Amino acid sequence: MAHARTAPVPRLHRRVVAALAFLAAAAAGVGILAGPAGSSWAATSADYPYTLKGNVRAAGESVPDATVRVTGQDEEGAAFEEEATTDKNGAWSVGVPTKDGTWTIELVESSLPSGVAVPDGFSFTQEATFGATSTVTRNFTLGAAERQTVGFWDQFLSRAVNGLNFGLMLALAAIGLSLVFGTTGLSNFAHGEMVTFGALMALLFTTGFGLSIWVAIPIAVIASAGLGLAMDAGLWRPLRRKGLGTVQLMIVSIGLSLALRYVYQMFVGGRTEQLPGAVAEVIPGLGPIRLTVTDLISMGVSIVVIVAFAWWLMRTRIGRATRAVSDNPSLAAASGIDVDGVVRVVWVVAAALAGLSGVLWAYFRPGIKWDMGTSILLLIFAAVTLGGLGTAFGALVGSIIVGLLVELSTLWIPSDLKYVGALVVLIVILLFRPQGILGRRERIG
Amino acid sequence: MNFLQIISNTLAQILAPATLGYVLAAIGLSVHFGFAGLLNMGVAGFMAIGAYGFAISILTFGLPWPLAALIGLAAAVVFALIMGIPTLRLRGDYLAIVTIAAAEVLRLLFLTSTFRPVTGSADGLSGFQAGFRASNPLPPGKWGWGPWTYQSDQWWVIIVGVITIAIAVLLVWALMRSPWGRVIRGIREDEDAVGSLGKNVFAFKMQALVVGGIIIAAGGIITAMGTNVNPNVYVTSQTFYVWTALLLGGAATIFGPVLGAVLFWMVRAFLSNLLPALVSIGWLPFLTPEQSQMLVFVLVGAALMLLVIFRPQGILGSKKELTFVR
Repeated sequence: MAHARTAPVPRLHRRVVAALAFLAAAAAGVGILAGPAGSSWAATSADYPYTLKGNVRAAGESVPDATVRVTGQDEEGAAFEEEATTDKNGAWSVGVPTKDGTWTIELVESSLPSGVAVPDGFSFTQEATFGATSTVTRNFTLGAAERQTVGFWDQFLSRAVNGLNFGLMLALAAIGLSLVFGTTGLSNFAHGEMVTFGALMALLFTTGFGLSIWVAIPIAVIASAGLGLAMDAGLWRPLRRKGLGTVQLMIVSIGLSLALRYVYQMFVGGRTEQLPGAVAEVIPGLGPIRLTVTDLISMGVSIVVIVAFAWWLMRTRIGRATRAVSDNPSLAAASGIDVDGVVRVVWVVAAALAGLSGVLWAYFRPGIKWDMGTSILLLIFAAVTLGGLGTAFGALVGSIIVGLLVELSTLWIPSDLKYVGALVVLIVILLFRPQGILGRRERIG
Repeated sequence: MNFLQIISNTLAQILAPATLGYVLAAIGLSVHFGFAGLLNMGVAGFMAIGAYGFAISILTFGLPWPLAALIGLAAAVVFALIMGIPTLRLRGDYLAIVTIAAAEVLRLLFLTSTFRPVTGSADGLSGFQAGFRASNPLPPGKWGWGPWTYQSDQWWVIIVGVITIAIAVLLVWALMRSPWGRVIRGIREDEDAVGSLGKNVFAFKMQALVVGGIIIAAGGIITAMGTNVNPNVYVTSQTFYVWTALLLGGAATIFGPVLGAVLFWMVRAFLSNLLPALVSIGWLPFLTPEQSQMLVFVLVGAALMLLVIFRPQGILGSKKELTFVR
């Protein structure tokens, strides 16, 4: 076990180092490429062998057109002063005649765009001395730009798209939970661990076994489906046979959730791991909407899977049988439906969907952690209750509402309270429409 | 491996403030679940509101500690009403989902940096025990016997805690042999039957939720008297641990929660001392010391499952008194 745990770590480190090296090289490349385009320093940097460079960023965004002034003394002791303007990547570079002495680099405050906040302890001047290398990097990192630069509706749109993405991901997990509840009456508190399982399997097959993420995701989904099958065959079916009530089953699922969660932690520890492609470029040209390729693929996958699931539930024989069992298990059994078989299929489908949502959740957060599933379990429950316990499409509607609510509520409330809004709505909705949006009255009594 | 030290640590856990807090929480939960059949999954929320109500009353409003404790209990009453009104007319699992959500909402509210001046955010609250310690009539210094050697202030917490537990046990015992207790147990067995006898089921359930909530909050306050208050303690896992403790002892019994909570903490202390020791002498070759700590929680989860499946009435319960009705 110890070996299985430690083996991927060096590999991961190498990847991280490689990625960092790549990023550094890319940044340097950007600086070099941008060089000839910038007019103010093109001549000087070509003339002098030593370079001071860096970038100016505010809240993670590049700041273009900011002025950086470098002062110092050249080899004869004469005063040397040179200015540079940051390019669109926020990079600047100044050539200097000698590597001796101390160079003072000043970021000219008046050249900064409005709405850039200056954090406490930020210094507009930095000093640099050359060591063995011929370039020295000095970066200026400013605080968050004031929100005034982005209009309310731009933000609204951006958050709404983000919320939709989150909601679709949530729906994959919620549909499974709702199906299981509908067919067996179990409020499965271990559903969050099924979500984590999918993400961990994807991590195992990419970082652990070095497969491509496109191969690893189907394997993770299949492995999750296997987990569902195993849980039904090994635990839930025997317990149903034993005649345990739904409350007992619920508490068993709580115990299972605790046990699984800490088993995961035994394997991955408390760290956060990333899947390949977790850092992606923002697609340009979408205006205020910040979407990465990963986000877009994630939404596409969710929509395709949900449509396929809807087709399965509405059109196929087994889907109809599932709905029949969900409606009334005894009646379904009396009309010749193999209830145990249907429940087994439901567990497999629910676990596979949960596993897939785990992979997508790993990209959305971003990162894989042992308790990542638990952290959204309550949101999944909120979505299912909101839509109507036991209805698959209710879970979809509920999820999208919860997703939008979580993201949009950050427009008004601090972002560390964003889950609160969804949970409060869950409590309030029970006051007025306890059966949920698509639920039916007789189920709640 | 120092076996005596492990035994000593295990025995010392019996009187730890955390254990006393869990005992009270389990007693309160026995009123909710064991006697009234209410699926309260927000135990951590009740404990948090008691602890924070106590600490904030002292730190922000400068109240004396007995008054602060009363405010902590009153806050739990309000919390119970807020959760009970939407859910007590609905099926049991709705209460479970709402209570677990409400407890999480509370924890997030205590955790957010927005209210840092009052709640201390992620750092929690500390330094509110001064008034409580000033009222300590015990001789100063460190005294006691064997594993139960504590500072004078710790003894004061223990004595107040044990007295509170005694009051809670007496209260629950008296309530459950009263007509009120019979109605409550009747609701657990068959809500409709009790309703048809002309009892207001909703009101009785609400009363049970409030009484149990007060006892759980008292557990939170006793814990806060001994240690600092931190939002990361009041996670949903804590709710599940209290459930494990309750089901271990016996949900529908008077002394079950006391026995269950003490046993829970003793076994937990025993395992988290024993397993790393076994790792260090090479008996568990596949585990690191950190992993062996996680194994403790895996075993807690497995124990909860096995308990519910094979002995749902707990150690002290009788099979005749059904607790898992619905």
